[in-house]
Amino acid sequence: MSILVYTESEKGKLKKTALEVVSYAKAIADQMGTTVTAVAVNADNAESLGNYGAAKVLSVKNDALNKFNAKAYAAVIEQAAKQEGAKVVVVSSSADSKYLAPLLAVGLEAGYVSNVVEAPSSTSPFVVKRSVFTNKAFANTEITTDVKVVGLSNNSFGLVESGGTASVEDFSPSLPDSGVTVESVDKATDKVSIADAEIVVSGGRGLKGPENWGMIEELAEVLGAATACSKPVSDLGWRPHSEHVGQTGKPVASNLYIAIGISGAIQHLAGINSSKVKVVINTDPEAPFFKAADYGVVGDAFEVVPKLIEKLKAFKAQNA
Amino acid sequence: MKILVCISHVPDTTSKINFTEGDSKFDTNGVQYVINPNDEFGLTRAMWFKEKQGASVDVVNVGGAETEPTLRKALAIGADNAIRVNTPATDGFSVAKQLAKVVKDGGYDLVIAGRESIDYNGGMVPGMLASMIDANFVANCINLEVDGTNAKAVREIDGGKETVSTSLPLVIAGQKGLVEESDLRIPNMRGIMMARKKPLKVVEPTDVTAETKAVSFEKPAPKGAVKLVDADNLDELVNLLHNEAKVI
Repeated sequence: MSILVYTESEKGKLKKTALEVVSYAKAIADQMGTTVTAVAVNADNAESLGNYGAAKVLSVKNDALNKFNAKAYAAVIEQAAKQEGAKVVVVSSSADSKYLAPLLAVGLEAGYVSNVVEAPSSTSPFVVKRSVFTNKAFANTEITTDVKVVGLSNNSFGLVESGGTASVEDFSPSLPDSGVTVESVDKATDKVSIADAEIVVSGGRGLKGPENWGMIEELAEVLGAATACSKPVSDLGWRPHSEHVGQTGKPVASNLYIAIGISGAIQHLAGINSSKVKVVINTDPEAPFFKAADYGVVGDAFEVVPKLIEKLKAFKAQNA
Repeated sequence: MKILVCISHVPDTTSKINFTEGDSKFDTNGVQYVINPNDEFGLTRAMWFKEKQGASVDVVNVGGAETEPTLRKALAIGADNAIRVNTPATDGFSVAKQLAKVVKDGGYDLVIAGRESIDYNGGMVPGMLASMIDANFVANCINLEVDGTNAKAVREIDGGKETVSTSLPLVIAGQKGLVEESDLRIPNMRGIMMARKKPLKVVEPTDVTAETKAVSFEKPAPKGAVKLVDADNLDELVNLLHNEAKVI
């Protein structure tokens, strides 16, 4: 009865969240006195998961799974869980994992808790802490079923190297008729997505217009960051909806969040609450964001941001 | 086409979040309730199907009598009928089970739910429901076209979007993009008057045992005061981010 963990990859490369969910699964396995089995689909270097605590990897190689399909992937994980007799299945909070997890939970007759932020406080009863009310609170939630599915919030547990090795076994599950066919994928390959970003640079209405986003993009580039925006900015059409961060947009759980010209409405702050370090740059010292931030600069973004870009470039050059 | 739109009754986004009874219950004192924003985008898209393609649109909520004003608002926006399953919404699984029965009894072709409710953010009801009724399912749906029994949908993925083809019966988990913010409708007086006369059927729940339960709630630890850095001394900010926060 090992702990099963689904490790995502993209074009064969294991994602950082895959290493995080394995680290997390290892913590649960230690609590329950068992081992971790990972299931990976069309991933190279699956044995590298051993370093994060997997004892075994079930490696699925199948061209029919080259494009993500929630029903097919859920079926793969379900069959792996049943083969391993897994009582706990761990998945990440990526868009794909959140898509498949409810299907997986129904298939396994398992209770499912998403947005989990810590290792279980107890494994019998099985209680995990999850964020609720868009990060304005947490709920300690008990899963009462025999088999449990846990969705780990991205960047909440971190990577833990344990220096182990994993055996890799081929795994050939049967695939269901999927019913949903991917026709095309439109994805910027040269940009970091908000979900995967360690640093997010976000702009608000204080930037006065879409033509002023050049400096936001330059700052993001210097930092290797993703760009985001506040709700009014996306509603005005200055930036795409996919960049809208907040309660009705995307949650951000980056290590660093830099808010420029964003006043900090309660809905926005909720969405970025699980970011670890927050910096605000705003002309108005009374802006609510200053109460939520770790570091603040009171000043005009049009003066501060270009200067900050220069300082960061110098810093990068020095530390390269 | 028969469409069912699932409506969550949630605290307004500006609500202060507090808990009572030894941090075991959400404090509803002074809280205004609204249609879950993700559901409202879906409802508005359903109105488009009604007006352009002659679809019928019913709305459903799983909850106590206190959620009826929210269902009435959905009727005022233009839904034809409302259904309330008379049981508290305990966990995602049990809500999905209740909805599965409503979908089967009503013979719906398309179920539009929100990506997640803005209160408990579970994001699991639409997928569970689709799985229970063996319907196709598209998550994070930002565009949907239906032609006969064929559907084309766009799903937001991390860092982009993908276009999929699928067919009815279909469940989608919708969000902003399905319609624009500016397309959302504020009920007018005529809509509100008509909504009073539209049927709101209360059905008794099926027997379901929840799979998860919230044992207790807590709020994030209060954070320390912001450290202000002078706009003329940005070296200090870089230094703090590098040496103190260790994020660059």
